[in-house]
Amino acid sequence: MIARFLLQNMDRRGAVFLALVAAIMLLVPLSNLLLPPSSVFHVPTSAMSLWGKYLCFALLAISLDLVWGYCGILSLGHGAFFALGGYAMGMYLMRQIGSRGVYGNPILPDFMVFLNWKELPWYWYGFDSFLFAMLMVLLVPGLLAFVFGWFAFRSRVTGVYLSIITQALTYALLLAFFRNDMGFGGNNGLTDFKDILGFSVQAQTTRAALFAITCLMLMAGFLIARGIVVSKLGKVVIAIRDAESRTRFLGYRVDRFKLFVFTVSACMAGVAGALYVPQVGIINPSEFAPANSIETVIWVAIGGRGTLVGAALGAVVVNYAKTIFTSGFMAPYWLFALGGLFVFVTLFMPKGILGAVQGWSAGRGRRGREPAATAPAAAE
Amino acid sequence: MNTAISTAAPASQQLTSALLYLDGVSVSFDGFKAIRGLSLTIEPGEMRAIIGPNGAGKTTMMDIITGKTRPDTGTVLFAGSIDLTKLDEAAIANLGIGRKFQKPTVFDFHSIEDNILLALKANRSVGRTLFWKTANADARRIDEILGIIKLGDARERLAGSLSHGQKQWLEIGMLLAQDPKLLLVDEPAAGMTDGETAETAVLLKEIARDHSVIVVEHDMGFIRELGVKVTVLHEGSVLAEGPLDLVSANERVVEVYLGR
Ligand SMILES: Nc1ncnc2c1ncn2[C@@H]1O[C@H](COP(=O)(O)OP(=O)(O)O)[C@@H](O)[C@H]1O
Ligand SMILES: [Mg+2]
Repeated sequence: MIARFLLQNMDRRGAVFLALVAAIMLLVPLSNLLLPPSSVFHVPTSAMSLWGKYLCFALLAISLDLVWGYCGILSLGHGAFFALGGYAMGMYLMRQIGSRGVYGNPILPDFMVFLNWKELPWYWYGFDSFLFAMLMVLLVPGLLAFVFGWFAFRSRVTGVYLSIITQALTYALLLAFFRNDMGFGGNNGLTDFKDILGFSVQAQTTRAALFAITCLMLMAGFLIARGIVVSKLGKVVIAIRDAESRTRFLGYRVDRFKLFVFTVSACMAGVAGALYVPQVGIINPSEFAPANSIETVIWVAIGGRGTLVGAALGAVVVNYAKTIFTSGFMAPYWLFALGGLFVFVTLFMPKGILGAVQGWSAGRGRRGREPAATAPAAAE
Repeated sequence: MNTAISTAAPASQQLTSALLYLDGVSVSFDGFKAIRGLSLTIEPGEMRAIIGPNGAGKTTMMDIITGKTRPDTGTVLFAGSIDLTKLDEAAIANLGIGRKFQKPTVFDFHSIEDNILLALKANRSVGRTLFWKTANADARRIDEILGIIKLGDARERLAGSLSHGQKQWLEIGMLLAQDPKLLLVDEPAAGMTDGETAETAVLLKEIARDHSVIVVEHDMGFIRELGVKVTVLHEGSVLAEGPLDLVSANERVVEVYLGR
């Protein structure tokens, strides 16, 4: 039943996307591990991890597109769910350091020893277990989204007001995680990781495996999101986006449908964050920065809102551009460039890169059969 | 548990035989009384036409019945005992009260077919909706409704591409799909050609055979076509009630409405 749910009405675009990610999943790690560095087809480990990072952002973008592109919930706080997933993974990785830390304390992470703490805070219990930590990767963002959404959607907070409180949410978490006494490493966050499941996080093979798992999770995330949006629930969610009160008069409890997609989306963002942390080697409060969440919105808008594939594409394209841009003399102008790109796409490609590409390849004759490909710009 | 029936709470007792019972309902917006002491009764199976000048409170009355607006005072009972003022829109819709809006509201980015599917009577829970599979009976019902509203050939078109009149029909189709006990139809003939208006009247009469219907309309020809009891609203309360000929002979009605 699950396979049927995930694969129902698979279209060509989705199939191409899955095939592409699957190919990357196999080819990149293989070329990294098997080909000699002198080969033109060799992918260096650093590049692999960099692309692994982009793919984590792609998963984050898909999760945002699920709520924004399809349900009209413009979350400006999705970075918070990403960061919470990242912290859950970071806590596991910290506990794996054991007595190899600078202070050699077998239980306490270095920053706690430094703060003169004697005992592990209760909320760090269990994070030495990988399974528990992975559960928290889903549960913590999911639960926060559920509680937040419960209040927000039941009181019918929508539009700009909702966007503002999601932004406030991530900002509040930013401030909280900055504090040393919160027990998450304060300003410096969590870093100096050693092992994951007994494998060195620095090892080339581990990095290759992390890359492959990221691809796998991206595919899984895409399949779940796609399964949701093509289901009847997906149609209800689009109906809510376009005519919320009308949907209510048909007897749908709008708040519950919003809560469902918001929570699923937060869990997905948490997974993206968890995969991100071992690949970049650090998680700190800056991941909660409101600007991060806003950037995610821009990736989705640029790639093509309400298409899932476009969101992933936008995340990769923008972050690749960012890497190129910020490594040269133009670095100080990146934000202007991003802003310019956003304005350009909004004005000239209202359906994003994906919409424009599809428009060119399909010509003008065929009108989109994709229910949400034509998300109204005015839905906000 | 059987003995509980005889001692059932008063709230579940049938207080009236009417399907819909409004008594002394008032509501004001920022001090302006849009509805004042409105009383109205609709019997099961009845079709009622409601007329009245712009701003008389016809749409607001529907807002109250469907849970969009809470009355300040008054009683609103459905099926004899259910207090509608305590319920929200979704709960009221699930009780079996369907509504067509004055400004036709369909889901523009869904196909016509999907608009009907979304309205189709079914379990509305998140889980059931997520794993929904359209059964043959559902597909047949959708086909049937598309046939009735004459949009069968356009089923895959986006609803947003329909003309105003077609949207009105699609919305009536959505009402049919909901299969409510009571239909509230707000100005169904607005923006229609004379031909379409006549067809709409036929369609509504057809629907009224096995549903209770309240129709709000300005078009006198249309009301005459329906041939049902008429209630005239004016400044938020009932001015007159009865057969159209009697009502339109009423001096006050002529003064405030027909003679304008
Ligand atoms: N939500 C609202 N806020 C303020 N005034 C309203 C609201 N809804 C209706 N009204 C006012 O109530 C009166 C009745 O409106 P309405 O029920 O739409 O009339 P009708 O449908 O009979 O033309 C109008 O004067 C209208 O301006
Ligand atoms: Mg009106």
